[in-house]
Amino acid sequence: MAKVLMKGNEAIAEAAILAGCRHYFGYPITPQTEIAAYMAKRMPKIGGVFLQAESEISAINMVYGVAGAGLRVMTSSSSPGISLKSEGLSYLAGSDLPALVVNVQRGGPGLGGIQPSQSDYFQATRGGGHGDYHMLVYAPASVQEMADLTVLGFEKADEYRMTSMILADGTMGQMMEPVELPSGETRTFPKPWALTGTECKRPHNIVNSLFLKPEKLEEENFKRYERYAKIEETEAMYESYLMEDAEYCVVAFGIASRVAKNAVNEARANGMRVGMIRPITLWPFPKRAFAEAAKTVKAFLSVELSMGQMIEDIELAIRCARPVSLCNRAGGMIPTPEEVYAKIEAMVKGE
Amino acid sequence: MSVVFEKPKSLADIPFHYCPGCTHGIIHRLVAEAIDELGIEGKCIGVAPVGCAVMAYDYFTCDMIEAAHGRAPAVATGIKRGRPDNIVFTYQGDGDLASIGMAETVHAAARNENITIIFVNNAIYGMTGGQMAPTSLPGQVTQTSPYGRDPKLTGLPVKVAELLSALDAPTYIERVAVNNVKNVKNAKKAILKAFRNQVEGRGFSLIEVVSSCPTNWGMTPDKALEWVEEKMIPYYPLGVYRDKTKEEDAQ
Amino acid sequence: MKTTNLLIAGFGGQGVLFAGKFLAYKGLLEGKQLSWLPSYGPEMRGGTANCSVIISDEPVGSPIVSNPDVLMVMNLPSLDKYEDATVAGGKIFVDSTLIERKVERTDVDAYYIPATRLAKDAGFPTLANMIMVGKLIKETGMVSFDGIRDALSKVVSAKHADLLEINLKAIETGYNYAE
Repeated sequence: MAKVLMKGNEAIAEAAILAGCRHYFGYPITPQTEIAAYMAKRMPKIGGVFLQAESEISAINMVYGVAGAGLRVMTSSSSPGISLKSEGLSYLAGSDLPALVVNVQRGGPGLGGIQPSQSDYFQATRGGGHGDYHMLVYAPASVQEMADLTVLGFEKADEYRMTSMILADGTMGQMMEPVELPSGETRTFPKPWALTGTECKRPHNIVNSLFLKPEKLEEENFKRYERYAKIEETEAMYESYLMEDAEYCVVAFGIASRVAKNAVNEARANGMRVGMIRPITLWPFPKRAFAEAAKTVKAFLSVELSMGQMIEDIELAIRCARPVSLCNRAGGMIPTPEEVYAKIEAMVKGE
Repeated sequence: MSVVFEKPKSLADIPFHYCPGCTHGIIHRLVAEAIDELGIEGKCIGVAPVGCAVMAYDYFTCDMIEAAHGRAPAVATGIKRGRPDNIVFTYQGDGDLASIGMAETVHAAARNENITIIFVNNAIYGMTGGQMAPTSLPGQVTQTSPYGRDPKLTGLPVKVAELLSALDAPTYIERVAVNNVKNVKNAKKAILKAFRNQVEGRGFSLIEVVSSCPTNWGMTPDKALEWVEEKMIPYYPLGVYRDKTKEEDAQ
Repeated sequence: MKTTNLLIAGFGGQGVLFAGKFLAYKGLLEGKQLSWLPSYGPEMRGGTANCSVIISDEPVGSPIVSNPDVLMVMNLPSLDKYEDATVAGGKIFVDSTLIERKVERTDVDAYYIPATRLAKDAGFPTLANMIMVGKLIKETGMVSFDGIRDALSKVVSAKHADLLEINLKAIETGYNYAE
């Protein structure tokens, strides 16, 4: 298939349609509104549903309803909107329903700004809402990955009966790059639990997260975490860049990894043995890659558009066996390759 | 021997958890009878609220989903848009529908969403032990209005049927009560119509059912029903507030 | 390996993003690696707008151009803001109808095109951006002049097919403009 030029937000929308998603519910918020606009245009033409909800809260609850009905469904928003959706994310988890949620992050906290950010890392990787749960969190670093991870996100959500989140940022959403759209082939999974109407042929299905008996609720949580353990075992994804002989490791995801790559290349050109690990899944965090790297690498540098959130997962993954420093900007600012380079240099000099 | 009275098929054969004298049981039965009479049990998907009726998902034999507090109309919207051939209803109380879920209620009505809402107004939060509701009457004593609801501090009750009737879109809105036989019969007719409207694709129907809560009102069941007649119904007049089906049929 | 880091800046409504989009599509049709990144802000029209376009033979790293090899400016604030950020040996393209001052840097090549006036004279007053693009293609070679019609047909919607011809003309005007 020929490559087309698309905005990241549009690539997510088109990929969702190609993955068979015919239900989108959203609410306008910068910088992700192109997704809603794209769906508003396309869905009526392909027999799909686009509905602009009265709030992010309603949108996620519409998602909850469609997910309960056993159909592929998604919503998208940006940071403040995701906070509002967090209630629904918890209910989706508690009811073991599959859905795809996109967060095109902007700076926070509060109303914050509209420029790109990665400061919802904790919120995304720790679940966001109340209770013990996780979401699959995918962090695309190109428009191509915006499309590919959207398809994968739907499939994995169905496979594991949980929410997949695409954790992008304003830059990824707004930038255009050539993209080869997914083929439209997609894996689906039977959903015998779905609300379809009993047709008076089976006992009723109940989609529910309420378990008043603590023994039962505990059992539900244990079962869910057995599934999570399997996911941590098999679903972690990352890109390893120039790590074969690396003595120092830069860690970055999404847009930060694009900037960091420039700096890593520059450092290599100047004789520093620096590589990069780019987590593609943030939950599950690719812990093993870091544990492995810590055996040979002298120090790590986490590059983030936040006050330093992923750095905690790196430290945990390597059990603090090596120093981990931070190169960060916040509030919508993006470090320049030169800033990252300076931090790499400092790391190499052991500062 | 002919059967003159039996449990509706759409109601599961298990005991309710509701308090003695609570009218939820009656309203559940009316909903189930309506579903049976329309022969839609196999197509129905119900949305349970947060509140006393939270476990309605166990009582109705159709497919059921439990919504977050107040979000039932949004959940129902999703299901109905996803599965337009199914019959989707919500069953909600006054805290759920008229307080925390007001936005979801109003906008589902404004979209004339083709769903059926059964709204049980008993002027109090029952499940959490009797706190002031948006529909609590002036002067009503509750756990969070221990000196009686003071309109100067907390305003006046929300009249849902009247409020939603101010919108242009919704199809059918009626307020009924279940405090005596005559009213129960009327309520049955209204609920049946609300479901039939959906089957016929006519749009948003909401039936507000003025109900009682003997436990949290601190009354015996019969006193509670008297209070419905003397206090609630005068404040919440019964009747049809919106009926677009008449105009549609006339055309 | 050749990489061009282009920054186009001006007021919203001058077609800054469109000009970048056209160049990005041109690069795509030439099989190049590329990225296009707009500034985005609360204002829809009249505020400042800019976009970063990177066209390269190699995969693109950061899509953000903070030090352009090629700078195209359509208003004075943009020249004031980005002149110093341009790399030594870079090229700066100035709409000299709207910007009266000259480029102060001596280590860059400056090109002055009265694009807004040329556009007005030619009867397509909204296409100063594409006149600038024509000149930019001529002087940088970041994309080829051949096949600009194909690239234009990607960015001008079929609904406005009549605009394709005048866009083409605008690019040609710039391409053939000699100071």
